[in-house]
Amino acid sequence: MFEQIAFYIFSVLTIGLFLVTVFSKNVLYAMTSLASGMVLIAGFFFLVGADFLGVVQLIVYVGAVMALYAFGMMFFNVTKDLKEKTTSNIWVMIVGVSVALLMTLMFGGVVNPEAIYASLPINSNMTNPQAVGMALFTKYLVPFEVAAIMLLIAMIGGIILAGKKMDTSLTNIEDEELQRKDVK
Amino acid sequence: MIGLNHYLVLAGILFAIGLIGVLRRRNLLMLFFSTEIMLNAANVAFAAISNFYNDLSGQMFAFFVIAIAASEVAIGLGLLILVYKKENTLDLDDLASMKG
Repeated sequence: MFEQIAFYIFSVLTIGLFLVTVFSKNVLYAMTSLASGMVLIAGFFFLVGADFLGVVQLIVYVGAVMALYAFGMMFFNVTKDLKEKTTSNIWVMIVGVSVALLMTLMFGGVVNPEAIYASLPINSNMTNPQAVGMALFTKYLVPFEVAAIMLLIAMIGGIILAGKKMDTSLTNIEDEELQRKDVK
Repeated sequence: MIGLNHYLVLAGILFAIGLIGVLRRRNLLMLFFSTEIMLNAANVAFAAISNFYNDLSGQMFAFFVIAIAASEVAIGLGLLILVYKKENTLDLDDLASMKG
């Protein structure tokens, strides 16, 4: 009963918030609604019993990724509304919805539910974080280490890409460049 | 009762929203946001399937998806800042420099 109520409230809120993200003209509104949508997605993870995944979602997505976006926004001028030519709405709607439907039908038609067996059954003696730890450091050890190296490379790449000319002010550059363009 | 299909339909709707965002918006930052939505939709489906088939593999996949998303944001935002410094805009139509 409570699961049903929670599921429907969460789904309506998530869909609404993500629609705001996709259709909003203001980048700040889009970012805040995306962050709150991520929090509600973590709620779904708790509902399906993936406790550790929910916590990781909160820490990594809401904590790290959205904070990174918020820092990135300091470089962009987000106070004015976006003026962009949007592709014809109806066509985009038709393409988006039909691709999603097609994928659902494809997998729904091909995958036989009876033929699926659990390759890594959940042990009911262990709590979810324990089970995740056991799986992560036995069966998924190599992907885990590769993911660690990938994150290290991403960190170095991010520092090198964004760290150039951090000491100069962007607004000053903008003024100088504008003047230079006027002279040209 | 909430079954697996409820979660899969929800994941499909969220994925469609993200796809519509990718197709419709012309701002690079908005494209990144839409990609995040699509990745999250896939994660919801993974976690739900993991629960209803009593299999932990789905959750492990979702972890790696989150790790990839985090590194994608780190690199992508760095590139975005470089593009903004160079071109002073994030609009895809203004960035089209390879017109034949």
